[in-house]
Amino acid sequence: MDIIVCVKHVPETAEAELKIDATGKGIEKSGLVFDINEWDDYALEEAVRIKEKFGGTVTAITVGSEDSDSTLRKCLARGADKAIRLTDPKFAGSDAYATAKILYNAIKNMRFDIILTGAQAGDDGSAVVGPVLAEFLKIPHATMVKKIEFADGKAIVNRELEGGLEERLEVKLPALFTIQTGINEPRYVSIMGIRKAMQKEIKVMGLADIGLGENEVGEAGSWLTIERLYVPPVEKQAEFLTGSPDEIASKIVEILKSKGLI
Amino acid sequence: MKSETRVVADMNFELTPEQKMIVETAAEIARDYGPEYWREKDRKHEFPEDFWRSLIEAGFPGIVIPEKYGGSGMGMFEMLLAMETLVSEGCGLAGEWFLCLSAVFGGLSITKHGNEAQKEKYLPKIAKGMEFCLALTEPDAGTNTLNIKTMAVKDGDEYVINGQKIFISGADRAKGMLLVTRTTPVDKAPKRTLGLTLFLVDLPNPAIEIIPIEKHGINYSKTFEVYISDLRVPQENVLGEPEKGWYLLLDTLNPERMSFSAAACGLGLLAIKKAVEYAKERRVFDAPIGAHQAIQFPLAEAKAKIEAARLLNYKAAWLYDRGQECGAEANMAKVAAVDAGIQAVYHAMQTFGGYGYAVEYDVERWWREINLIRLAPVTHQMALAYIGQHVLGLPKSY
Ligand SMILES: Cc1cc2nc3c(=O)[nH]c(=O)nc-3n(C[C@H](O)[C@H](O)[C@H](O)COP(=O)(O)OP(=O)(O)OC[C@H]3O[C@@H](n4cnc5c(N)ncnc54)[C@H](O)[C@@H]3O)c2cc1C
Ligand SMILES: Cc1cc2nc3c(=O)[nH]c(=O)nc-3n(C[C@H](O)[C@H](O)[C@H](O)COP(=O)(O)OP(=O)(O)OC[C@H]3O[C@@H](n4cnc5c(N)ncnc54)[C@H](O)[C@@H]3O)c2cc1C
Repeated sequence: MDIIVCVKHVPETAEAELKIDATGKGIEKSGLVFDINEWDDYALEEAVRIKEKFGGTVTAITVGSEDSDSTLRKCLARGADKAIRLTDPKFAGSDAYATAKILYNAIKNMRFDIILTGAQAGDDGSAVVGPVLAEFLKIPHATMVKKIEFADGKAIVNRELEGGLEERLEVKLPALFTIQTGINEPRYVSIMGIRKAMQKEIKVMGLADIGLGENEVGEAGSWLTIERLYVPPVEKQAEFLTGSPDEIASKIVEILKSKGLI
Repeated sequence: MKSETRVVADMNFELTPEQKMIVETAAEIARDYGPEYWREKDRKHEFPEDFWRSLIEAGFPGIVIPEKYGGSGMGMFEMLLAMETLVSEGCGLAGEWFLCLSAVFGGLSITKHGNEAQKEKYLPKIAKGMEFCLALTEPDAGTNTLNIKTMAVKDGDEYVINGQKIFISGADRAKGMLLVTRTTPVDKAPKRTLGLTLFLVDLPNPAIEIIPIEKHGINYSKTFEVYISDLRVPQENVLGEPEKGWYLLLDTLNPERMSFSAAACGLGLLAIKKAVEYAKERRVFDAPIGAHQAIQFPLAEAKAKIEAARLLNYKAAWLYDRGQECGAEANMAKVAAVDAGIQAVYHAMQTFGGYGYAVEYDVERWWREINLIRLAPVTHQMALAYIGQHVLGLPKSY
């Protein structure tokens, strides 16, 4: 089973104090700690587990600057066999669509049985790179995947739906799955793995290497442009819950769940 | 801004990508085994099985073991980075303790002085988490190691060992013991520093009885009185050259010192971080308490001293990893680290006010933990005595 995992090097923003930068279209990056996107972490782990079970290879690929090497190295240390970094000054400003296009042009000539991506990226959270990439490649895809099994050359996957429901699908291979957190428990990067990772090469490819033109990437090749980034104004909202303590408790649980807090 | 200064010799403070990844992994593990976990383990006097398994999985005990024997062949510097990070990112002293017992007492001692058969027997197992202990301290010798009484007497191709040890940590779980004996009594030895012999002893052993010592902190690991009666050990279990044990032991005691300096720095950083978080939020008068210099300055001072101690400790490791003399740096780093660490934890407790005394806020546990480091592995005074004598060249004071 040859597996490609798309990973992204993102700032950890959950606990950081974020500031809008001077352009008004991005965040102040200095002082932020960057790491592998949380969802991609699970995707990479799933890929390595599949490889350990069925054999094959795992290739981690990213669109990003040289800084992304630390994320790729982490993938190599965790068990990826190869790493590819797609880097070009012209890639800057690419939206999810243009990013998927860049990935497509690098991946279309590679051998693979499945492609895994994170369900979304922790920074811009658009959750579309995976599906758009699958469309470019003209292969089936499933999003928010929480379980993958294989039978008769097909994949059987569970997708996470709202309210704790899961949907089970049979998908023909090759296919792309976007991975939801919690599908597995990612292992620690081991010291031995780190040693091995240092001996592996990260392949770097630019615009020309993947056969794209300037106008097909970056802002020019994007469908979306960011007009303004801002902190939503704080709204005050109060809701009084009524009923028996049991009913109130279940309502609270519902509210917390719907807000993704538990 | 580009510097106009000409670089004559490169002094590099930048970690390699490999070292950065070790730090990241250590931080990740520490986040999974944070203060709450240790509060529980300390209260229940329970060994942290799952934490230790995670360290093994991530290959930490093997950091200093050569690749040939299943480790990753790195140095004491990398080990210090791992320890310091584990401690400072949430594990407290435990982040250093277990690695010191296994990897330093067992792994490093055998890597440095073991013969091929001993390396093959122990190192791959230690890399996979075999626990070890060091039996050096004795009730009647204490800090005066050369005065130990535990005797190993040759009998054919075996040695028969009798004696008593005290404060031997991890002796209940360890499968191996580095046992420090005398083969020539101190009054018969040509020099006080001669006549010591080191043994590798497999545990448990019916000739070795252990009795736990109830202690102030670190209650997730037990420490023992050890009674050795007619313990028979084949002569191939001697580690390194017989009679020269004291000199060999220094290659274990120096990195042990560095480990505990890393722990002192890590504990200080951990306590400072928690105190700062608290001091930013807590208001009793108008401003957050962190706005008062009485709170802020002692923490700032401790932070500055810790960072200085870390650098000195790194230098000690750097020398050690190059096979150079490192006793001066190891002892000076220990003195600096303990002072700085104690100041940090002391003032973190002060910052928390009454809550600093409550178990729930963890500082009281770190206080109990850091108190060890002024007493062991070398007492604060003996580290100073070393500096006075060997660094300053003053007359021997003890
Ligand atoms: C929790 C814990 C775990 C330990 N684990 C281990 C272990 O795993 N293996 C092991 O071998 N040992 C271990 N030890 C022992 C530790 O290394 C010793 O306790 C330490 O070396 C001090 O020895 P002592 O307690 O006998 O103190 P003593 O030697 O009795 O010293 C008492 C005090 O007198 C001071 N003093 C003595 N002589 C002089 C002098 N000439 N000038 C100035 N001051 C002096 C000392 O500095 C100290 O403050 C452990 C100790 C503790 C508390
Ligand atoms: C074991 C124990 C028993 C106790 N028993 C009792 C009891 O029986 N009855 C009772 O009423 N209380 C009791 N207390 C409470 C105790 O008196 C308080 O904990 C103490 O007064 C400190 O208050 P605090 O913990 O809220 O600290 P805080 O007021 O939050 O202070 C935190 C830190 O900030 C410092 N600080 C605050 N403001 C300033 C400033 N302007 N300038 C400089 N520094 C500042 C403080 O000195 C302290 O170091 C007990 C506490 C403990 C730990």
